[in-house]
Amino acid sequence: MYKEYKPNMAPKKNPMPSQDPKVRAHNFKEVAEGYTAEMAIDEAKRCLGCPTKPCVAHCPVNINIPDFIHEVALGNFEKAYEIISESSSLPAVCGRVCPQETQCEMKCTRGLGPNKEPVAIGRLERFVADWHNANFKGEVKKPVSNGHKVAVIGSGPSGLTCAGDLAKKGYEVTVFEALHLAGGVLVYGIPEFRLPKSIVQKEVDGLKALGVKVETNMVIGRVITIDELLKEYHFEAVFIGSGAGLPRFLGIPGENLKGVYSANEYLTRTNLMKAYREDSDTPIEHAKNVAVVGGGNVAMDAARCALRLGAEHVYIVYRRSLEELPARKEEVEHAMEEGVDFQLLNNPVELIGDKETGLVSKMKVEKMTLGEPDASGRRRPVGTGEFREIEVDCVIDAIGTTPNPLIKHTTEGLETNPHGCIITKGESGLTSRDHVYAGGDAVTGAATVILAMGAGKHAAKAIDEEIMGKK
Amino acid sequence: MYKIVRKHVFNPTETLLEIEAPAVAKKAQPGQFIILRVDENGERIPLTVGGYDREKGTVTIIFQIVGASTFKLNQLEVGDCLHDFVGPLGRPTELTGEKVCVVGGGLGTAIAYPIAKAFHDEGKDVTAIAGFRNKDLIILHDEFSAASTKYIEMTDDGSNGNKGNVVVPLEKLLSEGTKFDKVICIGPVIMMKFVTECCKKYGVPECVCSMNPIMIDGTGMCGCCRLTVGGETKFACVDGPDFDAYKVDFDEAMQRGTMYKAFEKKAYEEAKCNLFKKEAK
Repeated sequence: MYKEYKPNMAPKKNPMPSQDPKVRAHNFKEVAEGYTAEMAIDEAKRCLGCPTKPCVAHCPVNINIPDFIHEVALGNFEKAYEIISESSSLPAVCGRVCPQETQCEMKCTRGLGPNKEPVAIGRLERFVADWHNANFKGEVKKPVSNGHKVAVIGSGPSGLTCAGDLAKKGYEVTVFEALHLAGGVLVYGIPEFRLPKSIVQKEVDGLKALGVKVETNMVIGRVITIDELLKEYHFEAVFIGSGAGLPRFLGIPGENLKGVYSANEYLTRTNLMKAYREDSDTPIEHAKNVAVVGGGNVAMDAARCALRLGAEHVYIVYRRSLEELPARKEEVEHAMEEGVDFQLLNNPVELIGDKETGLVSKMKVEKMTLGEPDASGRRRPVGTGEFREIEVDCVIDAIGTTPNPLIKHTTEGLETNPHGCIITKGESGLTSRDHVYAGGDAVTGAATVILAMGAGKHAAKAIDEEIMGKK
Repeated sequence: MYKIVRKHVFNPTETLLEIEAPAVAKKAQPGQFIILRVDENGERIPLTVGGYDREKGTVTIIFQIVGASTFKLNQLEVGDCLHDFVGPLGRPTELTGEKVCVVGGGLGTAIAYPIAKAFHDEGKDVTAIAGFRNKDLIILHDEFSAASTKYIEMTDDGSNGNKGNVVVPLEKLLSEGTKFDKVICIGPVIMMKFVTECCKKYGVPECVCSMNPIMIDGTGMCGCCRLTVGGETKFACVDGPDFDAYKVDFDEAMQRGTMYKAFEKKAYEEAKCNLFKKEAK
């Protein structure tokens, strides 16, 4: 309990102002509009400041949550931002895309008990970051260089975090990005309506202000190898944050028909290449009936992009039931509100195409039922032998990705597991190669933004210890 | 930024650009490709490396004007810069085999040339066959002559005195008993399909094709460039672009190549129209 104000004992969160589902299903503007200062202060007063801080323990980067919320309650938004910045390099991003319901908010005291909701930590984090971005007028102080060079491969969440943490300590960091724009999955994967690209750009610009160099169009492994970075370019350590960019396909007949996309391709065309905009030169199919296969956040993103690109009917085809859907509850709800049609307990077995045009026209699915739990602990889907066909003119596979093998193939002695994930030693992220660290999806396989950030953070710490230890 | 240091217009539809890109030039090898963007809203255009000068730090590309993006690319002049230029991507061509035949069709000859040259520089016996629609579209005549033991030039309409497609001389050589260790073909998918069938017929031990499907990132991320090779799905950008031609499903590749034909045509017309409007102002 704080002395300065009475706690707000409302059982539920302040609702997030959002665009109307009917309107937003046809535009790429951000769905959630963000708290006003009044809402943020009111919500912040719901935090009781428990001494045990269960929220902090469940944050992958251990943000000092009660302290920043307390500052919000007092109206000290810049101070709140400073507290978050001590632990997180990308608050505007995390406030939007973190699965708070399974992390910080899960153990919030205010959420315990029936019909009670935790403090809206994510929404407050977003408010603070947005407030800072809109109002901060001061100059970012560039740290004094310590003369040590570190290379970061990939400009996604893990790479940006690692780069930011090292730059703050005075390291000369160069980030190498294969694409023409920095941000990794934040720019090619997560759609504009969930994470506006201007926000990612601001975060990248913030790192540049700290002295981080960002080199785009650099495919490490092809243009420069890791060995060359260490020997010829004299980087003292390398962090690999190359993500899990390789799409998986179902392996069913008809998957190479026209109109069948990996979610990566569909989202990259839409987000990175801005195919939804009139002034983009990149084409995308404006299909009428779109089936998205999979039940994760990426599947929801693809389905909601398809709606916004003008599809009349968008299906999520998922082989298990609603309960097993791996996507965040909020994303599923948003998709449902916007009119995405959930075809649960349906497993695609074949894609049928028009012989003449080679375009996909039907998806054959098998009705599934749930059996005993499998290795993942979720009930295994079992075929019923009952089949039917769904009319489609576009199919998007959103069934997961695996790490890109390019770096493994071009770096001798870099060990990976059978799934292609880089093997690291504990939290430090040190790989089987000296001075080479890794983190994020390249190590774990496809996971979340915040876990990747956590890995980038730990690796930055280990790199600092290694280099400083040498002296 | 990546500056254009040389421009050579072969004919109204084919142009060569030499571009300053030292990092790419340092590593490029025959058979690899680059991806470029003309401007900030531009498409990512994959183009096979046509040549490189490691000392000058330049890379040469040869392209055909087929849509809005290549039309825009062709508007650039010496001194202008490309917004993005990334590479080298894909695996280089394997320079194995002592007696090889390199077959190029149309713009594919631009890609075939550095491969022929690489074999020739290694002292291999190189037969080069290049095919064009007519004699006005012939490119790299002197270059090919210098980079091969034997050079055959064909035109569809016979306007250079050698009528027929590239399969005609290849079949003639093979039927006369010429033994190649390897045939490498680069060009339109339909041409590669027929070259492959011809090689199969005469039992050429190895036939390699260089695929150029639609792609976006070129690093294995989007899966757009996938094709079926020996019943398996492969990505041209990371597993190729060279593949065992005997195993490639050419019919599927041909169909996938037409995905955005209508869009391309419309965008091309619009781009031409926009330029006309600009000039009229």
